[in-house]
Amino acid sequence: MSIDWTEYSTGNFYDELIADDCTPREPATRLVNYLASLSTAEINKRKEMAESTIQEMGVSFTVYTDEGNIDRAWPFDIIPRTISASHWEKTARGLKQRLKALNMFINDLYHDQEIIRDGIIPAEIVLKSKNFRPECVGVTPPYGVWANICGTDLVRDLDGQFYVLEDNLRVPSGVSYMIENREITKRVLPELFSNDSILPVNNYPAHLFDMLASLSPRDISQPEIVVLTPGIFNSAYFEHAFLAQQMGAELVEGSDLVVEDDDCVYMKTISGLERVDVIYRRIDDEFLDPETFREDSMLGVPGLMRAWKAGNVALANAPGAGVADDKVVYAYVPDIIRYYLKEEPLLPNVETFLCSDPEQREYVLQNLDKLVVKPANESGGYGMLVGPHSTKKEQEQFAELISKHPRNYIAQPTLSLSTAPTLCGSTPEPRHLDLRPFILQGKNLFVTTGGLTRVAMKKGSLVVNSSQGGGSKDTWIVEEKR
Amino acid sequence: MLSKVAERMYWFSRYIERAENTARMVGVYDNLLFDLPRSINISWFNLVVINSSEDVFNARYTVRDEKNVVKLLLADSTNPNSMTSSLLMARENVRTSRDVLPLPLWELINELCMYVSEHIRDGINRTNRHGFLDNVIKGCQQINGLLADNMSKDAAWQFIRLGRNLERADMASRILDAGITAQLSSTDIEQDLDPSQIIWGNVLRSCDGAMNYRRTMRVTVEGSRVCQFLLHDKHFPRSISFCAEQIEAAISLLPTCEIEELAKLKALLAEDPGNLDETFSDYLNDLQLSFANLHMQFGQCWFALV
Repeated sequence: MSIDWTEYSTGNFYDELIADDCTPREPATRLVNYLASLSTAEINKRKEMAESTIQEMGVSFTVYTDEGNIDRAWPFDIIPRTISASHWEKTARGLKQRLKALNMFINDLYHDQEIIRDGIIPAEIVLKSKNFRPECVGVTPPYGVWANICGTDLVRDLDGQFYVLEDNLRVPSGVSYMIENREITKRVLPELFSNDSILPVNNYPAHLFDMLASLSPRDISQPEIVVLTPGIFNSAYFEHAFLAQQMGAELVEGSDLVVEDDDCVYMKTISGLERVDVIYRRIDDEFLDPETFREDSMLGVPGLMRAWKAGNVALANAPGAGVADDKVVYAYVPDIIRYYLKEEPLLPNVETFLCSDPEQREYVLQNLDKLVVKPANESGGYGMLVGPHSTKKEQEQFAELISKHPRNYIAQPTLSLSTAPTLCGSTPEPRHLDLRPFILQGKNLFVTTGGLTRVAMKKGSLVVNSSQGGGSKDTWIVEEKR
Repeated sequence: MLSKVAERMYWFSRYIERAENTARMVGVYDNLLFDLPRSINISWFNLVVINSSEDVFNARYTVRDEKNVVKLLLADSTNPNSMTSSLLMARENVRTSRDVLPLPLWELINELCMYVSEHIRDGINRTNRHGFLDNVIKGCQQINGLLADNMSKDAAWQFIRLGRNLERADMASRILDAGITAQLSSTDIEQDLDPSQIIWGNVLRSCDGAMNYRRTMRVTVEGSRVCQFLLHDKHFPRSISFCAEQIEAAISLLPTCEIEELAKLKALLAEDPGNLDETFSDYLNDLQLSFANLHMQFGQCWFALV
């Protein structure tokens, strides 16, 4: 017994590996044929190998439960997801364009706000966002770049085109799993790596390091770079330790750092205090500095904002970068790109209706049974409405909410997320997935080769979060044969 | 390097050393107690005494038999000094310091912890105990080997050296103490068999030093010579003087700090420990106090937050 791809039904979705006629798509050809050549017993053996590799490598994430925090092994499907190199190259250009424009936008917001004066985006949308930090007005981080590390979620719709679902500009996570997934796959399907058509992903930590070093306020050959973690109980602690190790940077907690009277940041070492130049912080804005933000924060460093404003330390991402990480701002990103770069966006947004606009609101109210309604910023906290799965009563409730607080809501059409074959037992079945590439901007721009593919392991489910039963796959950017 | 990371390195190596020593001692007792006459007063409970774990034992168990002692020493999660607890603590210290340690170390310690948790029954029951303990010892040695060959000999390494050698010296003094106690309590046995051979052979094996002793001392196993060997041998890595030298060397390579206790320890080691009776026990007690002071001064010097 082995895999019979003619039995694989892609349904009404775009499948990443298999075309409608059950033949493999070009970049997946070798992979699909190879998998079909393996016996069921062999497939099961590879699955077990992946599980034991994950255990040995200690790849884990933390799940919060009532009984405490549990370290779970990373859920992983051995069948990689493939994308052709030429398609990826175009996508990567679009991602760079997007981050470049977003950073110009954030910098503008904390300075002259020209985009508001020119009437491209209404003032109240950005200035009332809870992620707009008045404390940051007037500050210019190195290169005018605020979001140095960005994780952008992409989905592929029925038409096979990538759409941007959201930009994560605060503390995006997942990149270590992208690298570990590749390590696991290399051990599990070594035969497929024998020729070099699968592009490597492990250069990310080196690029991250270079980007961080380019932010150093002191012009010295070895700036002190640290990764600031909330600590072992954070769900992404594994990643914080992983990145620090890969970069050769110190992994620190707030209690290891101190800001002295000279407004410089120091870390407590065995030889006394040592100056810190760049902090890759994995702590949210609110917890960074109890002097400026939440007084009760035990995770941050008192005086950190003082040091940052004085230009004595670089923070990546800069505080306040999250202002562009907002569902309403999202709707304006195409306009933001046109405004700052005088270019057409290379990557489309998912169509978004702003309820603050009377015409769009009317459309939303007429089509509540078809749309997904989301709160514009988390402070709304009213939850969301998935039209096709909702009751008449829920739709009525939302109609009322939208009419009362139109600015708090946006709506999007329900997407047909693409699928990829995922092993259920020893048989591949289509499961929905997304893709999170990571984009770096300091002195230069960089995009990961592919990104982290997250997959909903339950049939029909669109929830890819690892805390809610999601898993992941290795992502292959495959160079075409010449 | 960060004070906190330095402290984790120090504890990591103490815990690995402790786990290995515990596994070895249980293994040695396992072998030894097969062929001892009943009248000789060496019981499994001695292991609990050596580890200063009487209170933990009494809180959990009443019968001082093999099963309970072995459970307490190898498996018990409520005993902070048990082999399992030590390995888990070592793992936790690696997990939080992966940025200064060689990459494969995390996999090794992870594998070892997984092996122990999956096979701990083999350690408690006698049938497979030998193989199980052997694998744990090998696992610890593999870790030390990786570090010796692969780790940059920077400050992090010096803290590992400090931890390992202090733990080792402390353990050697405890094992010697147990030897004296056993010797004193079995002198008036009227029997052909001289128990001291067995007792001191056991002491040597517990420190993994039987072969080294024979090669270096070239005499039969005898109490005062075993003590001399484990106190002063210049070349044996588990003798207390050797460990003290390692500690001194590591200190000299770390940022300047006054560890006053070091001179006191050296003076103590230069003293004549006296006959193998209570005076020797007192001497060993002084050594242990000195180790405790060293530990405290390391903390004040390098680990205390500024």
